[in-house]
Amino acid sequence: MTGFPWLTALIFLPLIGAAAVFLVKDTSARLIALAVTVADLLIALPLWWLFDASSSHMQFVESAVWISSPPIHYRLGIDGISLPLVLMTTVLMPLCILISWHSIESRVQSFMAMLLIMEGAMIGVFLALDFVLFYVFWEAMLIPMYLLIGVWGGPDRIYAAIKFFLYTLAGSVLLLVAILALYFQGGHTFDILQLSQGTYSKSLQFWLFLAFFAAFAVKVPMFPFHTWLPDAHVEAPTAGSVILASVLLKMGTYGFVRFSLPMLPDASQAFTPLMVVLSIIAIIYGAYMALAQADLKKLIAYSSVSHMGFVTLGLFMFNIQGIEGAVMQMVNHGITTGGLFLCVGVIYERTHSRQIADNIGLTKPMPRYATLLVIFALSSLGLPGTNSFVGEFMVLVGTFLWSKTATAFASLGIILAAAYLLWMIQRVAFGVPAPHMLPKLRDVNLREMVTLVPLVLLIFVIGLFPNPILTRMHPSVEKVIARVFPSSPEQASAVSQDLHGKADLTSTEAERRQP
Amino acid sequence: MTFSVGDLFLILPELLVITAACIVLVLDPVLRRSDKDGLVWLSLGTLAICMGLTASQMRAPVEAFSGLVVIDTYGAFWKLLLYFVTGLTILLSHSYLKEERLYFGEYYGFVLLALAGMMVMVSAADLLTIYLGTELMSLSLYVMAGLKRSEPRSLEASAKYFVLGAFSSGILLYGISLLYGATGSTRLSAIAAAIAGRSLDDPLLLFATILLAVGFGFKLAVVPFHMWTPDVYQGAPTSVTAFMAVASKAASFGAFLRVFIEGLGGLKANWSAIFLLLCLATLILGNVVALVQTNIKRMLAYSSIAHAGYALIGVVAAGRLENSSGIASVLLYLALYTFMTFGAFAIVAMLRKDGVEGDEIEDFTGLSKRHPVAALLMLIFMVSLAGIPPTAGFIGKLYVFMSAVEAGMAWLAVIALIFAAVSAYYYLRLVMVMYMREPSDVTDSAPQLVMSPALSIVLACAVAGVVIFGIYPNPLVQLAMQAVLTLR
Repeated sequence: MTGFPWLTALIFLPLIGAAAVFLVKDTSARLIALAVTVADLLIALPLWWLFDASSSHMQFVESAVWISSPPIHYRLGIDGISLPLVLMTTVLMPLCILISWHSIESRVQSFMAMLLIMEGAMIGVFLALDFVLFYVFWEAMLIPMYLLIGVWGGPDRIYAAIKFFLYTLAGSVLLLVAILALYFQGGHTFDILQLSQGTYSKSLQFWLFLAFFAAFAVKVPMFPFHTWLPDAHVEAPTAGSVILASVLLKMGTYGFVRFSLPMLPDASQAFTPLMVVLSIIAIIYGAYMALAQADLKKLIAYSSVSHMGFVTLGLFMFNIQGIEGAVMQMVNHGITTGGLFLCVGVIYERTHSRQIADNIGLTKPMPRYATLLVIFALSSLGLPGTNSFVGEFMVLVGTFLWSKTATAFASLGIILAAAYLLWMIQRVAFGVPAPHMLPKLRDVNLREMVTLVPLVLLIFVIGLFPNPILTRMHPSVEKVIARVFPSSPEQASAVSQDLHGKADLTSTEAERRQP
Repeated sequence: MTFSVGDLFLILPELLVITAACIVLVLDPVLRRSDKDGLVWLSLGTLAICMGLTASQMRAPVEAFSGLVVIDTYGAFWKLLLYFVTGLTILLSHSYLKEERLYFGEYYGFVLLALAGMMVMVSAADLLTIYLGTELMSLSLYVMAGLKRSEPRSLEASAKYFVLGAFSSGILLYGISLLYGATGSTRLSAIAAAIAGRSLDDPLLLFATILLAVGFGFKLAVVPFHMWTPDVYQGAPTSVTAFMAVASKAASFGAFLRVFIEGLGGLKANWSAIFLLLCLATLILGNVVALVQTNIKRMLAYSSIAHAGYALIGVVAAGRLENSSGIASVLLYLALYTFMTFGAFAIVAMLRKDGVEGDEIEDFTGLSKRHPVAALLMLIFMVSLAGIPPTAGFIGKLYVFMSAVEAGMAWLAVIALIFAAVSAYYYLRLVMVMYMREPSDVTDSAPQLVMSPALSIVLACAVAGVVIFGIYPNPLVQLAMQAVLTLR
């Protein structure tokens, strides 16, 4: 409670920055935005070491009364699930500013302000411990994102912006009713932790799960609610695509793991078959759609649908590998897909086309660019040694414990991912470039290197040393599992002895859980 | 009947407003045009004094004039809101009337008379006093709606408003007389006492309740009694539209709640069902028809209809709840609605295209390039009207939906929220037009916003209300909760 209010600073520094950029000229607006996001990253980084990895409790908790009746609090906290996501967000935001340095020329101040507001709201979603506060941050993201797509987007931006807005808004209206219903059923409180410990009747859980599902599944997006995603991704400016893919999609899965699982354990179990089927459809369908795309951004958008399928699949396995793999994959997808969208942004600045056909044979003219692109693509398809391998492998192990058939289907997604990504690489990196394009194909400059290299480093660091992340999320994930299976404390303790992630991957039968 | 001089002190704010109105009406013909700004200052000064007086009247109910009038926190809440709106209206009108070349000093007199009527409505404890207040308000508004004498649409608005208003007043009066026949009194407290001992299925009582609901339904502009609203809102001078959409709606809700809670509280189960139907019809029709409007004043008219529907949710919930949270949510909703709606109308009023009022949605094309601040303010008002946090509109919706869920009507909240999502489409269409469409040609046909110091104050007040109460609504929430406690 006492000490420096880390979390408040994390949220409000970008919001103050958003106001500050209006006071200066365009060029300084970029600098201010960059400085603010870097400062925010510097606030977030110490949390990584100050965070007590052995505790499943919320840490750095801040609490103040916001509205006295009904009791709504301004309450923030961070645990092992939100910590990696917050860090990922703060790492990505400076990169988003950098990639927009020259590509955004009109209304620069407003653009930077929107990015900063987004950062504050996104971090707020991950940190909020009061349900109304959570909802406020959750909805507050809609308008800046709507404007990011609609004002600075591509030719079809208006349609994409309104589609994004209405889809996500329609999804989240039910969430509000569910929050209010929980308030009256869960002892007149909006405290997320307190609500996570309550028990609710099966029928109430059923309805609440559906309401939560409507909000979170649209955001993820799960099949069949994904249709807004390709439009929004394609039309959004690069920074907007990165934010959408890397952070916004994680809000949905974060919602599942933070609210649906601990608050509605019975319903979560009852809905598992449906969630698994939808996840597997998303994995395979997304991958198939990605195979057919001629537009780079669309290809990555559909690959996101596929990859997010792995996350939702892992979450509903209710075992340590599944959920940890899912959270891991949330971070990994943020890094890798963020990197891919940044790469598309880089090439779009040069050729003004996102079509694969217009961007072929880049290795010769742009060797550094091609190298980076290949690394991101290999990470995306889950090559061992890269970050995605760890996450996807854990999810598949978790799934294997639950159903071998489901694992077989989900693995198809990995094969298809290899197909569409390698095919994309084959065309974009290798092949012969069109002669008229050659003069435009300058290799990445220093600014773009600074934008892309941190993500490459993260890919390998997480790929080779996943343990620091896993140990930090371990107690929090166990707490979630303990809520879904309150009757198996001995299994939970058996798991907790294996604090290190890789060991978890091998110990299979001991934690086998049949829902 | 006994008179005491003390009673006059209790209604001092009303007396002051009426006196100021008379002074304005008398001075207007004798003042030169250049001196007429003095009338504005006189009106604003009166409001400031009244605000102080009313703030000191936030207390447990005290009856005056043998129970015709009651002074309590509930009435004071509405009065403070009404002073605020009237003050904004006067400031907006000062700029607007100049722009429209309508130099009528008596305009301010009518605004004050309408305010006096509204004040009587919200502090009346007798159906006849309420009727008197309603008529005073309505007659002033009829005149104000027809102020643009040269424009047929304004005259049509005035005539339509008058005919339907008179019709609804007749129904209201009929309801009052039936209720008098059934209970032997027009005093709300006496009616409540008479109902307590009666069977709820008494046809006379039911019929009287329905007539009162219809009468108030016209004043509140809820479906199916809303037909006059779009035409009147579109035709009337925009400053008057803003005043009608906010102040007259607030005052009508104030009187309506007092009648149905204090007087007919015993018939809760009956009227709650009636208002449920009206509420659903209002939410659905208001929001759906707003989707297809091309004129911004008509769109805002349907939007205000829809917002009456949201407020009605609180009323329906109040009919099923033992506590007062439903009514408090209505007070809160109306208070928050004031800021965003008035702000939106203020921008519409001052938007000029080719020298005339630009009230088509298309006229807002590219406003963000030309007037970034005005576009940003309009964006905030629209976001708030759509009920998206962190704005006042969200807080208002949060509380009405909470009372609905508390009353066990989560399904009503779900329906209302779905239509809130529908409403986001038409509110955001304006945002889209302002921000995402380029003006077709940058000639003099592009929209201009006529700024003036008075307008700046109006917009600053409105946006401050939307943002501050969106982020920290606690003071207003507390005030609304205290206010409903004095409702018996």
